[in-house]
Amino acid sequence: MATQTAQATARTGGAVGHLQVEDRIWLLRAMLLMRGIEERAMTLYRQGKVPGSFYDGFGQEAVSAGAAFAMAAEDRLCILHRDLAAHIVRGVTPARIFAQYMGRETGITAGRDGNVHFGDYRVGCVGMVSMLPDMMLVATGMAMAFKIRGEQRCALTWFGDGSTSRGDFHEAMNWAGVQRLPVIFVLENNQYAYSTPLDKQFAVDPVERAAGYGLVGVTVDGNDAEAMFEATHDARERALAGDGPTMIEAVTMRMHGHAAHDDMKYVPKELVEEWRKRDPIEQQEARLREIGVDVDALRAEVTEEINAAAQEALQAPMPDPAKATEGVFCEGEAEPLRDGQAPWSGFSGAAG
Amino acid sequence: MAPLTYLQAISAALRDELRDDERVLIMGEDIGAFGGAFKVTDGFVSEFGPERVMDTPLAESGIIGTAVGAAVVGMRPVCEMQFSDFISCGFDQLVNVAGKMHYRQGLAVPITVRLPSGGGFSGGPFHSQNPEGWFMHAPGIKIVAPSTAEDAKGLLHTAIRDPNPVCYMEHKHLYRRIKGEVPEGVFETPLTARVARSGSDLVVIAYGAMVHTALEATEDLEGASIEVLDLRSLVPLDEDAILDSVARCSKVVIVDEANATCAAGAQVAALIAQRGFEDLDGPVVRVATPDVPIPFSPPLEQAVLPSVDRIREACHELLEY
Repeated sequence: MATQTAQATARTGGAVGHLQVEDRIWLLRAMLLMRGIEERAMTLYRQGKVPGSFYDGFGQEAVSAGAAFAMAAEDRLCILHRDLAAHIVRGVTPARIFAQYMGRETGITAGRDGNVHFGDYRVGCVGMVSMLPDMMLVATGMAMAFKIRGEQRCALTWFGDGSTSRGDFHEAMNWAGVQRLPVIFVLENNQYAYSTPLDKQFAVDPVERAAGYGLVGVTVDGNDAEAMFEATHDARERALAGDGPTMIEAVTMRMHGHAAHDDMKYVPKELVEEWRKRDPIEQQEARLREIGVDVDALRAEVTEEINAAAQEALQAPMPDPAKATEGVFCEGEAEPLRDGQAPWSGFSGAAG
Repeated sequence: MAPLTYLQAISAALRDELRDDERVLIMGEDIGAFGGAFKVTDGFVSEFGPERVMDTPLAESGIIGTAVGAAVVGMRPVCEMQFSDFISCGFDQLVNVAGKMHYRQGLAVPITVRLPSGGGFSGGPFHSQNPEGWFMHAPGIKIVAPSTAEDAKGLLHTAIRDPNPVCYMEHKHLYRRIKGEVPEGVFETPLTARVARSGSDLVVIAYGAMVHTALEATEDLEGASIEVLDLRSLVPLDEDAILDSVARCSKVVIVDEANATCAAGAQVAALIAQRGFEDLDGPVVRVATPDVPIPFSPPLEQAVLPSVDRIREACHELLEY
C-alpha cells in the first residue's frame, strides 16, 4: 500500500519492539482505513444504501489491526464483526468492503451475506457466523491440521466477552489445551455484549480461566495497536515453538451501540467519556507525530482512498436474482484457503 | 468380491480412504484405543496412529467445528458421532458453519459426519433417533443412507470424496445383521436411488433399515408385483427415479423409520403430489414412526417403529383401493 508521503517524512529511528517505523505507520493506516470505511458506511446506511443493519468497531480498531499484523501470510484467521482492520491487513480492498456492505455483486460474498459477515478465502480468512463464538472451534481445527502436518503455521480468531458464556468457548479452549495447538484466541473485551455488562456475563475474568485449560493467558491494552501486535507476536512464537495456545484478553470499549439502531442508553456517559480519552487512533497518531511522521498527509491519503472506493462500490452492480439459488454446494474440487498479505516488515526480514 | 457385514464394509471404506489419501483423518469419541462404540475402527489406531484416528474430547460441537477448520485448510475429516442422537450438540456447527459456508463465501467444507442411527434394540429416546430430517431442512448438507453392505462402502467413499459436508446415516440395526458381496478397493456409489426389487403393481419407497423391512413385508403379497425403491441418498433426492417408479406402479407407500412430521418421506410424498399426481391410482400412503420419542421397553418400541406387519397392511389396503 502506498504510504510514501508518510514514510518520506518519518525520521530515521523510531523503531520500537519488533516494529519499524513503516510498521507503526502501517498500523495507523489500517486503523484509519477501518474507521473511515465504517464512518462512510454508516452514512451510506442512513442513506438507505446499506440494507439490513450496520455494525462497527469504533474505538476497537487497535485490537484487529495489531493482532492481524502479527500473522504471517500462511497463517489463517477467523475474523469477527468488529475487526475490519484485520481484513485490511490481509489485503481486502476498501471497494470490495463497501460493495459487501451494500450487497453488491463485487462484495466479498457477492451479496450472499451482509455486514462484516465475510472472510475472503483468497487471503486466508474465514467469515464469522452470528452464533458466537463458533469460530473458536474452526480456528482450533485449522491449528489441529497444521500440527498434524507438522507445519509452522498458526491460526487466530477473535471473540467477545459475551461469547465466553457459550459452550463453544469451553470446547475450543479445552480442545486447544488438550492438544496443545498453535492457535491464538483474542478476547475482545469491549465491556458490553449488546446491552449486557460484564458483571452479568461472568463471575471470573475469562483470562483467569485460560490457566484452567492449560493455556497462557495475557491481558493487553486493547486500545494500543503496538501492544496488541507484540502480545500476538509473542503468542505466535509460542505456538510455533510447540508451546501451545494463548488467550489474549484485549481490554477495550465498544464506543458505539451494538448496531446502528442502538443508542446505547444503557451505558453510563462517564464511561464512554473516559474511554474517549484513550482513543486507539489518537494514541498511535501522537506516537508517530513524536517521531516526525506526517500524520495529516497519511489521513489525507486514506480519505482519498476511501472516497474512491465508495464511488467504485456505488457503481458496482447488484447481484443477479437468477443466481440466488446457485452455489449452495461446491461442484468442483474443494479449494482450501489461500495465503494473505502479511505486511509486517519482520516477515521480509527487515525487522527482528 | 468378499462377503462383508454392513459394519465391516464401513470399516473397509474408512481403511481404504486412510491408506489412499493422507488428507483423511477420522475423529470421534472412543474411536482410537477402544475402536469405537460399535468397533467400526477396531485396530485402526495401530495402523494409522493416534493423530489420524483421533480420540477427541467428549464434545460434539468441538468435533464438527474443528473438522470444519481442518477441512478448510486442506484436510478431509471424517467425524464419528457415537450415536446420531448426539449430533444435536453439534447442530450449530454443522448447520450454520459447515452448511452455509460455500454459499456465503465460496469456501468448500469437505467433511463427512458418520451418524449411527435408528432403533430396534431398546436404545431408548437418546440412542435410537433418525435425525436426517433435521438436516434435509438445512441447505448445504448432503445426506446418504445406505441399506446394503455394498452401498455402505460405496456411499462412504462418495461421501469422503465429496467436497461438501455429507451426513452418512449408518443404521445400527444393520451393522451385523446385513451381509453382502462388496467389491474390493475404492468405488464410488452414485447419489441416486436403487431399485431393490422391481415390480409393477405398487412401489414401496424407503431407505436405510426400512428397505429390508419393506422387502420382507412385500415378499409375498398375494401375488402382487411390488417394487421396492431404495432412496440411498436423501440430499440430493433422486426425483427422477421416484417419479419413474410411481409412473410404472401407480400406487405408492412411503416408509420412514423417522418420526412422521417433516420426515424424508414427507418430502417424497410432496414431490409425488406435485409432479406425479397424474400417474397415481390411489392416495399416497405413508408409514412412519408417530411423533413420539423412541421408547425403551420392547413392546413400546415395537409399537411405534414401522414393522413388517404395518407395511404389509398398508400395501394390502392400497392394492385394494
